[in-house]
Amino acid sequence: MTCTEFIAMLDDLIDGSIAAETRSEIEEHLRGCEHCVVTLNTTRKTIEIYRSHTLYELPNGLRERLHKAIMERCKRGC
Amino acid sequence: MATIQPIAENERHPDVALVDRARSGDVSAYDQLVRKYDRQIFRIAQHITQNREDAEDVMQDAFLKAYEKLDQFQGNSKFYTWLVRIAVNESLMRLRRRRTGKMVSIDEDVETEEGSVPRDLADWAPDPEQNYTTSELNRILRKTIQGLPQGFRVVFVLRDVEGLSTEETAETLGLSIPAVKSRLLRARLQLRERLSRYFKRKKVGEK
Repeated sequence: MTCTEFIAMLDDLIDGSIAAETRSEIEEHLRGCEHCVVTLNTTRKTIEIYRSHTLYELPNGLRERLHKAIMERCKRGC
Repeated sequence: MATIQPIAENERHPDVALVDRARSGDVSAYDQLVRKYDRQIFRIAQHITQNREDAEDVMQDAFLKAYEKLDQFQGNSKFYTWLVRIAVNESLMRLRRRRTGKMVSIDEDVETEEGSVPRDLADWAPDPEQNYTTSELNRILRKTIQGLPQGFRVVFVLRDVEGLSTEETAETLGLSIPAVKSRLLRARLQLRERLSRYFKRKKVGEK
């Protein structure tokens, strides 16, 4: 397996949707390719970091104000 | 003796009952739906418009539009996915208004080769986010994701941040499944590459 072939399967690998027979080929490639190990680990970390940090919070005061505005209009039939 | 529930009843998403009640005029049921999803809709709108005021407007307009169109909700997709589709469209419309005369679509700028082949292969420090304060880290993460082409950013946000499936993301954005997969891979690689500037392991003596 080449690095390009590995990259093409990166998402399936991260999302856990790789067929068992391909998995062993990937593992063999990773044993001999430090670059792809780094790419895999840091890409996983990228996703994890974005998933675990809420970048745009909806503050409670604003949330209540918007909520009230929405519901008032819904009650009037928009 | 336990009663046997019909299978279809068990499989119904709890939102369906709320939508049914809201359709028959129970505004409090819609209130519950708004409270359940307002944070997500606000985040998605802000990721697309990159503007707080626009995100506020989009959130209101999306929930109002969804309420007006409740009768059109088929129930063959999740209410949340249907709502996200409305919010994505509202966000893109808002962007168009802001950039008068310039076409804005989720196909914008996607013909870039950046990130298809990883270049910066330096490993990251262990727990690299701990080298920054929360506000520094949020600024880095915002700046980095804002630098992605629109068509990649929206796919990454829906799929990886908000947890929609590939199929739901495709349906929401009106893209094919291969297009979602290709954009997701490139978004992930570009973000990884850009974050490497901040997170890579420092060499001995390097500050």
